[in-house]
Amino acid sequence: MNDMITVYLFGKKYTVPSNLTIMGAMEYAGYQLVRGCGCRCGFCGACATIYRIKGDRELKTCLACQTQVRENMYVATLPFFPLVKEVYDINEVPVNEQVMMELYPEIYKCIGCAACTKSCPQGLDTMQYIAYAQRGELEKCAEESFDCVMCGICSSRCPAGISHPQVGLLARRITGKYLAPEARHLTNRVREVEAGDFTELIEAIMAKPLEELKNLYNTREIEK
Amino acid sequence: MFTAKMMDSVKKVEATRKERMETEPRRMTAEEKEKLLKAYHPDYKEEEFVILKAGPNKGEKVPRELGVLLQARSRIKDTDVDLSSPDYDTDVLIIGGGGAGCAAAIEASKAGAEVLIVTKLRLGDANTMMAEGGIQAADKENDSPQIHYLDALGGGHFANRPLLLKKLVMEAPGALKWLNELGVMFDKDKDGNMITTHGGGTSRKRMHAAADYTGAEIMRVLRDEVLNLPISLADYTSAIELILDEEGRAAGAVLMNMETGELLTARAKTVILATGGAGRLHYQGFPTSNHYGATADGLVLAYRAGAKLLYQDTLQYHPTGVAFPEQIYGALVTEKVRSLGAMLVNAGGEAFMHPLETRDVSAASIIRECANGKGVVTPLGKGIWLDTPMIDLIHGKGTLEKRLPGMLRMYLKYEIDMRKTPILIYPTLHYQNGGIEIGADCQSTIENLFVAGEAVGGIHGRNRLMGNSLLDIIVFGRNAGTCAARRVKDIHTGKLTLAHIREMEEECQRAGIVTDKISPLLLPKYARTAGQL
Repeated sequence: MNDMITVYLFGKKYTVPSNLTIMGAMEYAGYQLVRGCGCRCGFCGACATIYRIKGDRELKTCLACQTQVRENMYVATLPFFPLVKEVYDINEVPVNEQVMMELYPEIYKCIGCAACTKSCPQGLDTMQYIAYAQRGELEKCAEESFDCVMCGICSSRCPAGISHPQVGLLARRITGKYLAPEARHLTNRVREVEAGDFTELIEAIMAKPLEELKNLYNTREIEK
Repeated sequence: MFTAKMMDSVKKVEATRKERMETEPRRMTAEEKEKLLKAYHPDYKEEEFVILKAGPNKGEKVPRELGVLLQARSRIKDTDVDLSSPDYDTDVLIIGGGGAGCAAAIEASKAGAEVLIVTKLRLGDANTMMAEGGIQAADKENDSPQIHYLDALGGGHFANRPLLLKKLVMEAPGALKWLNELGVMFDKDKDGNMITTHGGGTSRKRMHAAADYTGAEIMRVLRDEVLNLPISLADYTSAIELILDEEGRAAGAVLMNMETGELLTARAKTVILATGGAGRLHYQGFPTSNHYGATADGLVLAYRAGAKLLYQDTLQYHPTGVAFPEQIYGALVTEKVRSLGAMLVNAGGEAFMHPLETRDVSAASIIRECANGKGVVTPLGKGIWLDTPMIDLIHGKGTLEKRLPGMLRMYLKYEIDMRKTPILIYPTLHYQNGGIEIGADCQSTIENLFVAGEAVGGIHGRNRLMGNSLLDIIVFGRNAGTCAARRVKDIHTGKLTLAHIREMEEECQRAGIVTDKISPLLLPKYARTAGQL
C-alpha cells in the first residue's frame, strides 16, 4: 500500500517507503542511530535536520522524528551544534536586561535577517524573542520561547553567532523564579509540612488496616 | 488526514457529543475494575511472562523480554578490564542524565561531593523530557498529603511501600517549591495560584503543569543547573557493569564510549543508578511513548551485581498513545487532554467509561472495546476516539491551543486539527511500575548503591498515577543525591572486583540457561538490515 520513494541520506541514494519519517527512513536504510535520535516525539531536539528537495533551491529545516520523507529529499542531520552556554548563579543574576548584556551580549549584533524564525521547526518567532531579550522584556521572551526544544537549528543559521535557545532558557528561568507571582499556597503548605502539621495525619492513615484503607479509597469524595 | 471510513465514525462521535457533555459517565466499582483488569490488562497475560531461574529474584515472574536480558551474558568478562588504575575517580558516580540523575547531581554537588554523571546519550535525554501532563503535590487548601497518599495507594492497588509513598507525598510541596526556585515556569494565574487539574484517579485537583511541556521544562532547567555547577559529565558514555569492592559494596562502573566502543572504568565511593525505564523493550509488541534509551539497563546492572528487584512484573500502558497517523504511532497523548474534559468514545460514538479512571483501568477498557469490535480500524491496528473538540467547548475557545500546544503541533504536522476533530488513540507502553528495591534512603540491597527515578520499584505499587513520576524523580533524585553524598565521608573503598559477572554467569549455567543474548541492551535495534560493519 505504501509507495517506495527515493531519498538521499547525506547525499547517498536510498529507496524507502513513503510513509516513514526521516528517522524511520534512516533506520529502514540500515542506520543504527546513536547520535541524532532522542525522544522520537518532538520534545528533545536531538534530531535537528536540514533538507532540500531536488530541483528546489531552498534549504528547509525540521526534526527528523516529526517529518515524513518526500520524493527526492536530500537529508543532512545536525546532531550537535556548538551553542554558547554561559555559566551563572541563578541566585545572583540581575533581573533585567543587564543579565543579557553580561552573559549573551552577541544578541545585540542581530541584523534582523529572521533566518532563525524561518528555520525553527517548532514555528516559534525566534527573532522576536531575541528582540524581547535585547529590551529586557524577559517575561515576553520567556513566553515566546516557551516551546523551544533547543535543537540549535536557529543558531546554525544565524550570521551573528547568537545562541538563541540559551537566551530563551535564561529568560524563562528568571521569569519562573523572580517575575512570575509567588504561589503563596505552596509556600504556606511547605511551611506547614515542615512544622509537622501533617505528621500525625499521615501516620494515622499509614497505620490503618488494609480493609479500612480500601473502604476509605472506594468511598472517597472526588472534587468536581 | 483521516480516511473516509474514519470520518464516518467521527460523525457518530459528533452526533453524541452534546448529549455526552451533559452527563458525567459513571465510575466503575472496585469489583468491576478488578474483573476488567484480569480480562484485558497486559499484566495479566500469563504467557507473556517467564519465571527467573537465577539471581536475587529467582522464582519470580518477569516480562519475557526482561527475563532474557536479566539472565543474558555480560558484554565483558571479569578479566577484560584493568581495575587497578581507573580512568575516573570520584565521590559520587551517577549513571543516567535524566531528571532523577540531574536532581541527584545537584544535591550531591551542593552537599560538597565530587560528582560525575555518565549518560549513554546526551544530558537530558530521558523520559523526563517527554512527560507532558503534570506533577502532583498536595498544596491547595482542600488537599493534604494524606489525601494524596490514599489516592496513590488505591491507584497502586495498595502495594506501594508505605515509607516510600509517605516520603513522596510529604516532600511533594517542597519538591515543587525547589523547582519553582530553580526557575521552572509553572502555569499560574495572575495572583500566583498554581493552575491545577485532575489526573486519572486523583480525588483533588493537584496536577501542576507547564503547558504540555511540563517534563521538558523541568528537564531543561535541571540540565542547565547541572551545567552551572562544578559537576563532571561524560555523555555518550554508557555504564555496562557495576564494579563492587571486596566487601560487596558498589564502588564504580565499567563504562563504554557509545561512539568508539572504548572501555573505561570509574571508581566511586557511592553510585546512584538513575537509568530510567524499559519502554524500548516493547513488551508484548506494544509501541512505546518512551525515550530511545529506555532499555532497562539499570535493572540489568543492578541485578547482575546482586540487587533485588520489586514488582518487576508490572508495567504501565498509557491509555492514550497515538493510534493514527502511523508516523507517530505510540507517541504519548498526555492524560491532561482528559483532565481538561475530553472523553474516550468508541467507534459508535458511545462514551464507554469515565475519562479519569486510573491508567491501568483506562487502558484495559480501551483494549476491551477494540477486542469487541468497537474500535476504529487503522493501518497498524485499532484505536478509539479521544474527543478533543470538547476541551474548547467546555473551557472556551483557545484553551486547547494554550494548554496543549505540543499536542496540537504534533497533530497539525499531519493535517489533523484536534480542536475540530477527535483523535485516534490506543494504549502505549509507558512506564515501568516496578524496579530496584530501595529503602527510604534510596539505598538498594547492595550497600552504597543508590537508586532514583523510574529504575526504582515500590513507590507506586502496581500502577502509578499521572504526575507522580515527575514528582518521584525530584523527591527521590534529591534524596539519593543527599544520602549518597553524606555517605562519602565514611567510605574507604576496598579492592575493586567484577567477580559478580562470572558468578552470575555460572549461576545461569547451573540453572540450565542457554543464551547467546548480551545485556545491557543500551539501544533498541531498529536498523532494518544487519550490517557487516
